[in-house]
Amino acid sequence: MTDLERHSFDVVVIGAGGAGLRAAIEARLQGKTVAIVCKSLFGKAHTVMAEGGIAAAMGNVNSKDNWQVHFRDTMRGGKFLNSWRMAELHAKEAPQRVWELETYGALFDRTPDGKISQRNFGGHEYPRLAHVGDRSGLELIRTLQQKIVSLQQEDFRETGDYQSKIKIFAEVTVTRLLVNDGRIAGAYAYYRETGDFVLFEAPAVVLATGGIGKTFKVTSASWEYTGDGHALAMRAGATTLNMEFIQFHPTGMVWPLSVKGILVTESVRGDGGILTNSEGKRFMFDYIPDVFKAQYATTPEEGDRWYTDPEHNRRPPELLPRDEVARAINSEVKAGRGTPHGGVYLDVSTRLPADVIKKKLPSMWHQFKELADVDITKEPMEVGPTCHYVMGGVEVDPDTEQTKLPGLFAAGEVSGGMHGSNRLGGNSLSDLLVFGRRAGLGAAIYVDALGGSRPTVTDEMVADAETEALAAFHVEGGENPYTIHADLQQTMNDLVGIIRTESEMQEALDRLEGFKERVRRASVQGGRAFNPGWHLALDLKNMLLVSEAIARSALERQESRGGHTRDDYPVMSPDWRQLNIVSRTEGDGVAIYRQPLSPMREDLLELFDVNELKKYLTEAELPKGEHS
Amino acid sequence: MTYKAKFRVWRGDDDSGDLVSYEVDVNEGEVVLDIVHRLQATQAPDLAVRWNCKAGKCGSCSAEVNGRPRLMCMTRMNTFTEDEVITITPMRTFPVIRDLVTDVSYNYTKARMVPAFAPPADLEPGDYRMAQVDVERSQEFRKCIECFMCNNVCHAVRDHEENKTTFSGPRFLMRIAELDMHPLDTVDRRKVAVDDHGLGYCNITKCCTEVCPEHIHITDNALIPLKERVADKRYDPIFSIASLFSRSKDKRSPAPETPKG
Repeated sequence: MTDLERHSFDVVVIGAGGAGLRAAIEARLQGKTVAIVCKSLFGKAHTVMAEGGIAAAMGNVNSKDNWQVHFRDTMRGGKFLNSWRMAELHAKEAPQRVWELETYGALFDRTPDGKISQRNFGGHEYPRLAHVGDRSGLELIRTLQQKIVSLQQEDFRETGDYQSKIKIFAEVTVTRLLVNDGRIAGAYAYYRETGDFVLFEAPAVVLATGGIGKTFKVTSASWEYTGDGHALAMRAGATTLNMEFIQFHPTGMVWPLSVKGILVTESVRGDGGILTNSEGKRFMFDYIPDVFKAQYATTPEEGDRWYTDPEHNRRPPELLPRDEVARAINSEVKAGRGTPHGGVYLDVSTRLPADVIKKKLPSMWHQFKELADVDITKEPMEVGPTCHYVMGGVEVDPDTEQTKLPGLFAAGEVSGGMHGSNRLGGNSLSDLLVFGRRAGLGAAIYVDALGGSRPTVTDEMVADAETEALAAFHVEGGENPYTIHADLQQTMNDLVGIIRTESEMQEALDRLEGFKERVRRASVQGGRAFNPGWHLALDLKNMLLVSEAIARSALERQESRGGHTRDDYPVMSPDWRQLNIVSRTEGDGVAIYRQPLSPMREDLLELFDVNELKKYLTEAELPKGEHS
Repeated sequence: MTYKAKFRVWRGDDDSGDLVSYEVDVNEGEVVLDIVHRLQATQAPDLAVRWNCKAGKCGSCSAEVNGRPRLMCMTRMNTFTEDEVITITPMRTFPVIRDLVTDVSYNYTKARMVPAFAPPADLEPGDYRMAQVDVERSQEFRKCIECFMCNNVCHAVRDHEENKTTFSGPRFLMRIAELDMHPLDTVDRRKVAVDDHGLGYCNITKCCTEVCPEHIHITDNALIPLKERVADKRYDPIFSIASLFSRSKDKRSPAPETPKG
């Protein structure tokens, strides 16, 4: 332990996607020293895969847009289970966060008058997504990465050292958060390259680790999405909420098998693409739920007119929120009206000229051409639902992003509350920026308030963390971690997937008990230097804990809402809307409890028509004095 | 249509290593990265490889397949015959860490030497106005996914380790061109391009353009225009004479920075 590499920082940010980088920028702007610790190379995080854009009510394309409309759309999309305070902050601050990116050098697509262009997307009343073709996430991450570099250049001019204030630890994985007397003291990690350990002593840690997609078999997520932040937080004593809400994106590739799950951007539909079944029918018109009947076109003719005349027509139902579209596709396939490879058709070739498709959707054209031999300017795509996003996440204070554990902050996909039971497309990138900044600020303020009394890391904590991380090397004749992972993904896909029932989830929980022993008995071949088998054995513990939180929460919530659909409880219930389901660790597993949501502030409630509120809220929650 | 393919994969580190032969199942529609993953799951669990998105968007899985720089996730198996031996080696220009994983820190060092975007000081956030036609030139370069295959293939460093200190490779010369063409950037980057990033080393053989998985016209649209701008400044006699009388005739030019250590 004497030769353990040690670093001391004010703030350690875990994760280098949009939220992590924005948090790091903010903490540094507040004068703090910052470590950015990420599992991949710098600039490769999952944010690069975001395609559609950043939702922000700038009103560049339709001047009627404003934060109130964005707030309403977000609450509707999340079926009113959102943390209303987070949805409010998000809608109000997103435009500033986007404009700020331009000062860092971002180059968004433009409107004819030279402003940032905005595109239509599911659930957004007006064109709202700032974008760059269909590679908006790449633009976001590269811009933030380059802003970090510019701050490092400033630090170099001042101190002669690029890394005097912000240091990046790429390909480093955190295995444990260190806690002393109920407060964050640091984090323990290993270098993927060498397998050597590294200790970060820091009073504040920002989790920005993204999602949990790799717990499911069909997913749009990369290997990184193993629920690290969710598991680290729960093990350290913080809580997660609403883990049952998983977004299955309606359009993932279904063929070839090796790319099954890879995302097909919602922009395809935003720009005019339509969904049809094997009978050639535009089936989404059959799936408009009552709560959305007023806002969506009832005929293809009206839907088509909306693209050019949104003032006098309603939007086509292909642009319903993602949960609705995913369930509809699932139903069509189950009813035997699917494509040869078990999806439905998504067609833009008959809707837009080839050169426009290539211009607006260049990476989709490229992706289908290269991976599936399909030319989307000439033929339809085959698509089906894929695990895309977890709405649930670490429970945070809406304003500071501090978790229930002092010194631990969370932002982006790893945090919970903002999106309620279903996230709107485009609200993720804006979430990263708004709450990434707030988490960096919250961490800086927390560190200032601590003064000189920083919690310390003890030798015992370090020794424990090391023993845990190396355990898999000492298992004799154990199981291959790749096999365990594949089985876990299959279990979650089959039993806690897009449509759920009590008996299946009970079976999932039984099987997860068995996985606990299998994960303990995972064994590793080879040494510690860049050994993916070892890395997976460690990640499996996180995926297993997260899987249990998802299954327990899903079993508990006896209703269907957003990204949680129960065959045995198909209806959305106003009583359940008042409850979050909170997960924490207990023994080697997860315990859950119910926790009431705080009532929405009166002035926010007044932004809605009372007849709409009645669809979601109990009688007692409706605004006082309204009886219409 | 499953068949067994013959693979040779580099196993080892920067000091020693060897091509190891494997026979692996291949299914319809698969790409080289699928086969590498199957190797990990069934025969070589400690085989080191970088990857993330598996959709050609992150630029992590760069390697050399039968000697050609490729993203493994975008290299379809049906581009090879079933009896062809497929050889996968790490990118040659960068030191090997283990197996297919290389030390690409050279690229991050060079990135840090490119002077940052500098907008007009009095331009407020939200007031930026740019025409689509003007942003498109730089947007092409911002499609770059930083797979570093252009820097890997460029012979100015691939065959000349000693040039790494003075030459930043196509990736970062293109980054300079991108900023130079940004409608609102205020910095003159021509001197930096030559003095700090070795623009003169590029003799436009277009190897970088050929390997770019994003099909960016690196040479034609970034490097040649940048060379032309530099030449304008250096060899225009009127500009030279004028510059004798005015020290701030052109956009301001920052003092070049040298990296520490």
